[in-house]
Amino acid sequence: MIAKLIAKRLSISLLILLAISLIVFFATLLLPGDPARAILGQQATPERIAAINAQMRLDDPAWQRYLAWLGGLFTGDLGTSVASGQPVSEVVGDRLSASVFLMIAAAVISVPAGILLGIWSALRRGRAVDSAITGIALVLAALPEFVIGIALVALFATTVFRLLPAVTMAPPGTDVWDFPSQLILPTAVLVLVVTPYIARMMRATMLEVLDSGYVEMARLKGVPERRVILRHALPHAIGPVAQVAAIQLAWMAGGVVVVEFLFRFPGLGQALIDAVNYRDVQVVQAITMLVAVIYVIVNLLADIVGILANPKLRTGGEK
Amino acid sequence: MSTNADSTRTDPVVEPAVAQAADPERAAGTGRRNTVVTRFWAQRQSRLGVALTALVVLVAFLGPLLLPWATGYTQTEFADRPFQGSGVFGTDDLGRDVLSRFLAGGVSLLLYSVLATALGMFLGLLFGMVSAYVGGALDSVIMRANDVLLAIPQLVFALLAITVLGPQPWVLVTVIAITHAPRIARVARSAALGVINEDYIRAAEMYAMPRARILFREILPNITGPLAVEAGLRLTYSIGSIASLSFLGLGMQPPAADWGLMINENRIALAVQPWGVMLPVLAIAILTIGTNLIADAIARASATANIGDA
Repeated sequence: MIAKLIAKRLSISLLILLAISLIVFFATLLLPGDPARAILGQQATPERIAAINAQMRLDDPAWQRYLAWLGGLFTGDLGTSVASGQPVSEVVGDRLSASVFLMIAAAVISVPAGILLGIWSALRRGRAVDSAITGIALVLAALPEFVIGIALVALFATTVFRLLPAVTMAPPGTDVWDFPSQLILPTAVLVLVVTPYIARMMRATMLEVLDSGYVEMARLKGVPERRVILRHALPHAIGPVAQVAAIQLAWMAGGVVVVEFLFRFPGLGQALIDAVNYRDVQVVQAITMLVAVIYVIVNLLADIVGILANPKLRTGGEK
Repeated sequence: MSTNADSTRTDPVVEPAVAQAADPERAAGTGRRNTVVTRFWAQRQSRLGVALTALVVLVAFLGPLLLPWATGYTQTEFADRPFQGSGVFGTDDLGRDVLSRFLAGGVSLLLYSVLATALGMFLGLLFGMVSAYVGGALDSVIMRANDVLLAIPQLVFALLAITVLGPQPWVLVTVIAITHAPRIARVARSAALGVINEDYIRAAEMYAMPRARILFREILPNITGPLAVEAGLRLTYSIGSIASLSFLGLGMQPPAADWGLMINENRIALAVQPWGVMLPVLAIAILTIGTNLIADAIARASATANIGDA
């Protein structure tokens, strides 16, 4: 039963990715003008236009180009960047690992922090700590990520204290994680954006569970408070939080763009902004698909964890 | 981005308004009615939210009328005076008066965010209510299309549209609206599902009322609570997304005076001339905090399930 559910979820994810590939590919057909002319600019001669058309297969019907592009996605042939002339896979390659590293670093900090803050807040309900956590979470949840980022840069890098670097500078051939101090601010921004949502959800579900009959029962039996919270309340409260945490982590696939731009972090987001500025369609298509794949995979994993963690499904009991 | 925002953010379960706000006896004692509006206004949080939002809206709309200096970009006389101390907050790297550009730069952000939210609400409402009311195959098609749109992060979707169509204001408004619509449609659909089996809908059907009229005159007025919360949240995220796009240099284009663009232009000189960045950052922060407080307060005021629960 579990295998069947997971298989179903997997096939839905694949269908969604296929639909996204259709949108991403056919949206670019709306581009006004002749792509070959746009690339060549003033050097457009009829022979050169014909050469570019042949090279980019612009004379083929759209659906043939779509199939070729889709096939290329699977074999790692993402086309050629119009702006730099390099293969797109080269442009994107290292940057993917840098972005994923940044996202994982933020996730490893924000998920436990959000859960702990939410529990603490719920246990101190109505007191100063609770009001402070709830209020700060509400404010942080409202702020766009670049506002938080600039506040941190002004505070720790340029204006108030000059402790941390304001931009990432990784010379070619080195990896971003070779310079830990440059990672602190970008990671901190993502953590501050994501944690409030997890904390708020954790607090809400924890409050609900703490009011339940079985928690009262456990307390009346004289179970120590620590055990009531860790063994009786937490397992019930954590389910919906896992869902919210997954949505937040998937959100980072998009939110990381602004953070990378702000800190000049050499990741996918920075490459995406450059490509949009140059109207480098091949690169934009490739990165959009990559981000969508990351997004769908994170959601898929969350659903699988949810399916595996649900005792009713695990034991094949009543629906 | 937001874009925020977005994005696919879920709002956590909200608690109902505090007891002092929702206590029927107190409301009765003062002769006031206990409605969503009174419960909303009785919260300190909502008054603060309205005050913060009103402050920024006033600055944005009155600002262009009080420009102390010209916004500068046509004034060559400013061009050789970068980073001067003249004026209240000095000048930027091109010698333009920071305070003037700040006062002139809020209208575009506010206008486009409100337009994007309104268009997104309209699209989301239409698809959500039709999906719930008609049901069947149409419902499945709409909701599956929703799932596809939800799987592309908002900001990335906006960047794809801008690559193809260029950074025009109507592109920003439309694409932000389209990315909001699936999320609003979900809320509208689930709220409408709770209403469509009520007797008054059956009665309207028996009178052979046209479907459009049933959707907008019978269903819509009964699902305004969740939709008001959603509108507040979406406005907050629209402001974040549009400001983020301008900040990325892909929204408003120079030489326009716009808060997001000002931050982009002045952030290199953050250490030399912090005001060029800090004024618009503060304004955007105050605005989004204000709208988010309002959305949260509406959610508390319309959550009637456990009234009296402190």
